[in-house]
Amino acid sequence: MLSIKRRRYVTIVALIVALSMLAVGCGGAADKGADSDKEPAADVIKIGVYEPLTGTNAAGGQMTVEGIKLANQLYPEVLGKKVELVVVDNKSEKQEAANAVERLISKEKVNVIIGSYGSSLSMAGGPVALDAKVPVIGCSPTNPAVTLDNDYYFRVCFIDPFQGTVMSNYATGTLGAKTAAIIQDVQQDYSVGLSSYFEKAFKATNGDASIVAKVNYNTGDKDFSAQLTEVKSKNPDVIFAPGNFLECGILVAKARELGITVPILGGDTWEAEEFLNQVTQYKDIYFSTHFTAEEPVTEVSTTFLDEFKKAYPDKEVNAFAALGFDTYILALDAMEKAGSADSVAIRDALAATKDFKGATGIITLDENGDATKTAVIKKVMDGKFVYEAKVDPK
Amino acid sequence: MSMDIFLQNVANSITLGSLYALIAIGYTMVYGIIRLINFAHADLLMVAAYIAFYGILIFTLPWYWAFILAIVLTTLLGVSIEKVAYRPLRNSPRISVLISAIGVSFLLQNVAIVVIGARPKPFPRPEQLVWNIKVGEISFLSLTILIPIITFILLILVMFIVKRTKMGIAMRAVSRDFETSSLMSVDVNKVISTTFVIGSALAGVGGIMWSMQYPQVDPLMGLFPGIKCFIAAVMGGIGSIPGAMIGGFVLGICEIMIVAFLPGLSGYRDAFAFVILILILLFRPGGILGESTVEKV
Amino acid sequence: MDDRKNIKFILNIVLLLIIGIFLWWGQDNLSAFYIRILNLSAIFAILGISMNLVLGFTGMFSLGHSGFMCIGAYVAAILTMSPASKEIIYFMEPIVPVLAKVQWPILPAIIAAGIVAAIFGFLIGIPALRLRDDYLAIATLGFAEIIRIVVTNTISITNGSLGLKNIPSVKSLWVYWGIAIITIIILKKIINSNWGYAFKAIRDNEIAAEAMGVNIFSHKVLSFTIGAFFAGIAGALMAFLITSVDPTMFRFTFTFQILLIVVLGGMGSLTGSVISAVIITILMEVLRVVEQPFDLFGLLQIPGLPGMRMVIFAIGLLLVILFYRQGLMGTREFNWDYLLDKIHSFKKRGASM
Repeated sequence: MLSIKRRRYVTIVALIVALSMLAVGCGGAADKGADSDKEPAADVIKIGVYEPLTGTNAAGGQMTVEGIKLANQLYPEVLGKKVELVVVDNKSEKQEAANAVERLISKEKVNVIIGSYGSSLSMAGGPVALDAKVPVIGCSPTNPAVTLDNDYYFRVCFIDPFQGTVMSNYATGTLGAKTAAIIQDVQQDYSVGLSSYFEKAFKATNGDASIVAKVNYNTGDKDFSAQLTEVKSKNPDVIFAPGNFLECGILVAKARELGITVPILGGDTWEAEEFLNQVTQYKDIYFSTHFTAEEPVTEVSTTFLDEFKKAYPDKEVNAFAALGFDTYILALDAMEKAGSADSVAIRDALAATKDFKGATGIITLDENGDATKTAVIKKVMDGKFVYEAKVDPK
Repeated sequence: MSMDIFLQNVANSITLGSLYALIAIGYTMVYGIIRLINFAHADLLMVAAYIAFYGILIFTLPWYWAFILAIVLTTLLGVSIEKVAYRPLRNSPRISVLISAIGVSFLLQNVAIVVIGARPKPFPRPEQLVWNIKVGEISFLSLTILIPIITFILLILVMFIVKRTKMGIAMRAVSRDFETSSLMSVDVNKVISTTFVIGSALAGVGGIMWSMQYPQVDPLMGLFPGIKCFIAAVMGGIGSIPGAMIGGFVLGICEIMIVAFLPGLSGYRDAFAFVILILILLFRPGGILGESTVEKV
Repeated sequence: MDDRKNIKFILNIVLLLIIGIFLWWGQDNLSAFYIRILNLSAIFAILGISMNLVLGFTGMFSLGHSGFMCIGAYVAAILTMSPASKEIIYFMEPIVPVLAKVQWPILPAIIAAGIVAAIFGFLIGIPALRLRDDYLAIATLGFAEIIRIVVTNTISITNGSLGLKNIPSVKSLWVYWGIAIITIIILKKIINSNWGYAFKAIRDNEIAAEAMGVNIFSHKVLSFTIGAFFAGIAGALMAFLITSVDPTMFRFTFTFQILLIVVLGGMGSLTGSVISAVIITILMEVLRVVEQPFDLFGLLQIPGLPGMRMVIFAIGLLLVILFYRQGLMGTREFNWDYLLDKIHSFKKRGASM
């Protein structure tokens, strides 16, 4: 090893290097975006995007960003100015989400923010934006808590209480189910929340004993044989298993392998090609989602579908890209209505959104900032996602 | 619980157990030789799975070539890791090499995220190997029979190498007493490299088997099996190869059976594995087959 | 030598004053983004030095830090959320009645968080610390995961995976760095005390220490518990910084980041951990650059690669552990003696001219 003198010398040099890196880094980063004290160039409007591009939620985040970028390509201007997208990765971690939003607001000086996939991440970014009075529009977080007590958070997707009820009604009404089993990812707030709303609605219709089994698994689990065997033994008419498409794909495939033939229901996260890949040869798999290609709800849907196919010819259209797309054009629409790029004005315009035509349906934002819109039910058939039914909000 | 369902659970346990066993053997061999928990071992699993995946899909190799290529490349990677990240630290305190192992593991995972992308990909299951079998009310994949058979064959192979070949004797000598072995002109470096060759190859096979059973590959797929398989190795007796096999099966069976008999606690499933580990470490650190060692002053 | 002592005392006071002035200036003048980064680095500094106590000074390879953070964060959150918030947030299963009406102010909650974490540290330490290095690592990792899994499943206490929101927000530099500085002072005193000597003796040669009459086990448990205490406090601060918590925050990746900080700063140097905590937290943000597309001297367009940050950190960790195991500061600390000696020898040389 180095002699003591040498080590001391190296340490001092290292310290100096580190400190100068620090200085350069801070200075450089300050110069890169907008300077903290300077306003962004006058002819550019900045929209910030914070999504998980790495980490456990990366798949959903990436799909959403594809939709946002597509919308940005199609509609690059508003109020006569160019729209610049600033995309920041929140690594699927909460403190990164908070940092990301803070960075977008303080350094990049964005006017409005889009994000994030993953309610937990949205809840971390929300308070930061609220303090700075910059509105945020979420594309797909469905936990009701995201917009509670936050006047500056909106979302273009429906929320879990609605979705859970929709699926319960479908199970009872259309599929004629009297008993159900629930398989939930105990680590995912999405799965746990949606299951609990489904359970409430199902019990309300069919009685307290109608949920014959409720089993848990953990995110990242690959083996569901024990849970499925348990569910199989209780013979439910239908299974409700909302969760990430990653785990659910394996779970549903395994269920069919084990000889479970009853319908299996899920939520909007299933609309992803990773899920389809796992279950492609099976049937009687239904899920609620925001959007369908066969019965485009609005002309915007058709536009979105055509453009998506052009831009990403080898990718499947998915709900998250569609939601990302809608969030972007909603933001633009709010700016047009407000007539300015002032954040507070944008926020007020967003709050007043009514019957906005998006690719995922006609969106009206209620007093919490949540979207009331039609849910679509799809199923897996012949290796594809196929439209099944529409459910309007009552 | 009816017999059918019980048997179904048994089938599931055997599959899971043999997967754990396959990977646990690699952990235990490396630990036996250089007393290192190779955190990067499980990520080799992921590497093998991806190489096989790309081999089949992008290079359109027939599955047997893709699998062989995956195993060979994974082995090379494993040996290189030893040379670059563990060998220089052989004379340093144990903590350093443990940290290095953690560092390698993270590096592999994050490079995979950057290069391949974080989104999982479906693993193509070759039809010749994977098909559905139904016996009465129980249905399972052919893998449930295939994987234990392959694991057994490999185990016998490894035991043969360790017990009958010259290299095997050298390996056992080094794991017993490092310094004396090197004084007896055993080429310690070669021995360690060979251990890594065997261990990494097993991880490669394990990775491919794992992906056939759970056909979804993503950069973090090694995390979860990694810790479980290490627990299995400890359970069986760290440093003992048959022990790793037994540990793997015991862990697989325990996990499935606990959830089967106590479905209300299925959310705690991973916690059980850790509780079992801690109990073993405290009360019988030698594991099921291991020997207890006394530290002499 | 008395002179020297007085000078050092005065220098310490001056240093604290300077830091105080910087905090006061920073609170009013730095943008919210910089303040947030500084607060986060204070939290990582506390985490770094508390882990260094266990790893660098006592030589115990514990990977359980994130578990204690989790406990601290949840304790602080549950104690400080308003009853109204609790009713709304716990919409799946209402919170256990005992906790429903509780609402404490922030500082007592932070201390409570630390104490509860320390209790868990004590309980976990007693069985776990009988184990050696590598087994200890896995056992503590196991305990951290068990804590996380229990938190996820006890929905009526923690709201499970839904997490907690509407935790009161604390943004003041004074709180975070104030607590960090107090932590540094306390740990410095501990390390320079008899306890500290015992810890270092255990690190250097356990058997010799035992032969010299040091009660190995009780000192190990002590070090571990103190480490857990401060990890709990850091967890509480994290809850106040982000205002929401959920179990997925405290995975092993978190412990890895702290490990990175400790190794880079020098295992066995408090100063090193503080410096590297600040540098790494800042670097995390600065390195976002490599994840955006950028021009290399205007010649190449390198597309943004999400995830490059962690690759760089992993490589950094490997480089340090392989080539410069001392890290930044090795086992040396910042102290006035070094400077004063230099001045002294300078003066001496001048006098002898």
